[in-house]
Amino acid sequence: MNKRPRMTLGRAMALLACGLPVLAAGQTPSRIAAAGDYTPPRTAYGHPDLQGFWTNATYTPLERPDDVAEAFYTPEELAARLARAAANESAQTEPGTVPDVHYDFTQFGLDRSQSTFVQDLRTSLIVAPEDGKIPPMTAEGEQRNAARAEAQRRLGERWDSAQANQLDDRCLIMRGSGPPMMDAGYNANYQIVQTPQHVMILVEMIHDVRLIPLDGRAQPHANVRQWMGTSRGRWDGDTLVVETTNFNGKNPFRGSSEHMRVIERFTRVADDEIMYSFTIDDPATWTRPWTAELPMKATFGPLFEHACHEGNYGLYNTLVGARLEEARAAAEAEQGEQN
Amino acid sequence: MRSWPQSLMILLVVLACGVAVGSHEARGQAAPYRAPRTSDGHPDLNGIWQAIGSAHWNIEPHAAAPGLVTELGASIAVPPGAGVVDGGAIPYRPEALAARQANYADRLNLDPEIKCYLPGVPRATYMPFPFQIVQSPQHIMLVHEYAGAVRTIYMDNHMEAPADSWMGWSNGHFEGETLVVDSTGFNDKTWFDRAGNFHSAALHVVERFTPRSADTLMYEVTIEDPNVFTRPWTMSMPLYRRVEPNAEILEFRCVEFVEDLIYGDLAKQPD
Repeated sequence: MNKRPRMTLGRAMALLACGLPVLAAGQTPSRIAAAGDYTPPRTAYGHPDLQGFWTNATYTPLERPDDVAEAFYTPEELAARLARAAANESAQTEPGTVPDVHYDFTQFGLDRSQSTFVQDLRTSLIVAPEDGKIPPMTAEGEQRNAARAEAQRRLGERWDSAQANQLDDRCLIMRGSGPPMMDAGYNANYQIVQTPQHVMILVEMIHDVRLIPLDGRAQPHANVRQWMGTSRGRWDGDTLVVETTNFNGKNPFRGSSEHMRVIERFTRVADDEIMYSFTIDDPATWTRPWTAELPMKATFGPLFEHACHEGNYGLYNTLVGARLEEARAAAEAEQGEQN
Repeated sequence: MRSWPQSLMILLVVLACGVAVGSHEARGQAAPYRAPRTSDGHPDLNGIWQAIGSAHWNIEPHAAAPGLVTELGASIAVPPGAGVVDGGAIPYRPEALAARQANYADRLNLDPEIKCYLPGVPRATYMPFPFQIVQSPQHIMLVHEYAGAVRTIYMDNHMEAPADSWMGWSNGHFEGETLVVDSTGFNDKTWFDRAGNFHSAALHVVERFTPRSADTLMYEVTIEDPNVFTRPWTMSMPLYRRVEPNAEILEFRCVEFVEDLIYGDLAKQPD
C-alpha cells in the first residue's frame, strides 16, 4: 500500500508559484545574473556569511535531455515534469520488487518532492557549453574509462565480493561529497560553519567533511592524493572560490581523471539560496572545461549521523545470501547425482 | 638631595616586598592563561589538536606488552603508560569488570577500531590522529582525521539527543576560559581504548577544554554510566596543537582497508 501523498500537477504548480526567479526569453541561464543586487549578511569578522543548513536536492538534470532544445522549460512544462518525476519515484516501491525490499522510497527523506528541493526552470545544470552538455571526451579519456569498465567487469557480480560493489554500496563515498557536490539522491543536506581561517562543509551523506583553508597555503605534495582531493579557498568579493586538486582517481566524476581540477564558487544570492557553481578542468578527459550551476536552498537542521559503514547490513546480506544460494544449489546438485 | 622621612622609606620597602612576594605566589600557582578571543569574545579554540601518549592503547596505567599480530613484532607492541584515569583504576561494577576482561581477551575480534567503526566519545579525542576544532558562535565542530568522524557541539538551542548515535549528541557552553561539552545519546557499541574499557548506552560524558598555553589545551572528562560504573570518574590529559605550517586534516577513509577483514570470508571462492 502506498500512503505517500503523490505529487499532483496541481501541487507542482502551487509549488512553482512561489520562489521562481522571473526569467525573460533571451536571458542567460545563469541564476547568479538573476540575483540582482542582494547583499549577503556578514560574519562579525567581515566575511560573507554562508553558514547554516542547505540542500542541493534537484530534479534538474546535469545535462540537457536530448529531446529538449530550449535552455528553459515553461512553468507548465516544468510542473508536468516534476509530477512525472515524483510519480516515478513512488513507482519504485511497488510491493515485492527489489527496490521495495531494499528501501521504501516513499518514506520522508528518500522522496525529494516531500522536502525542500530547488525549483529551477533551466533544462540543465550545465551552463557552459551553451548546449547544456558535457563536452566531447578525449581519446585518452575514452581509453581510461574503457579500462575502468573492464577492471570492474573482472571483479564480477556485486554479490561476488564487497569490492565488486558500487562505492556508495560499500559506504566509501557518495556523490554529495564531490567535489563537485552533486545531489546525493536523498539526504542531500549540508552544514556550513565558518571561521576567519576556514570554511567547513559537513556533508550529511556520509558524514564527509570538507575543511577549506583560506590562508593562501599551497596545495600539498602530489603524493598526497585523496578521494575528495584537497581544497584551497579564497574570497573573491562576496564569492567563496575553492580550487580542488590532488584527487586519487578512485571516485571519478563522469569519467574524470586524477588530474581533474575543480573550481567551485559559492555566492549567497538570497537569504534562502547559495548559488553554487563548479567548473571542471580536466584536459586529460574533456576537450574543454565545462561549468554547471546547482543552487543550494536553505533547509533546517540538525544533520544526523549517517553511520553508513557501521550499519551496512545490505552489503553483508547480499554476500551471505549469495553464498547460501550457492550452498543450496551445490547440495541439490549432489542430491541429484545420488538419485 | 632631599632626605625622605625614615618612616616613609620603611613603608615603601614593605610595600615593595609585599608586591614582590604576592606576584611570586601568583606565579607559583600558575597564573591562569588567558587565550586569544574569537569575535564573539570566547576563548579561541580553533586549530588542529592531538593527544600524545598511550591512552589510545589503555586509559588505565599499564606496562608495555606484546602485540597481537606476531608478524608485526615490535611495531605493533603496546607502549607503556602512566594512565589518564584520575586515581588509576576505573570504578567498574563487578560484573562489568568481568565484561571488560572478556573484551580484553577477545579484543582482536571485538575492538570497533579494528573494523573502522566510528570511535565514540571520548575515545575520538585521544586516538593517534589529529582533529580540528572549527568554532563559530552557534556550532563548534570537532572534525577527526580517523574515519572522518565528526561531532557538532550545539552552543545554542540545546536539546535532548533526538536519536542514539556513535558520536553522541553534544550541547556546549563556555564557563570563562573553559568550553564545557555535555554529551548523551550514545549507543553501546564504542569503547574507550584498545584494552576493552567500555560503557553502556546510558553513557553521559562531560568534557572540559581549557586553554593552558598558546599551543596546549587541558582536556578533562567526567564519565557517568550507572549501568557499568559504581560512581562517576574522571580522566585528564593535555592536547597539543599541531604547529607545522602544512598541518591539515587529511583523509583516513579506512572502510576500504577493512573490507577483506569484514567481508573477505563471504566472497565467492574461485571454482
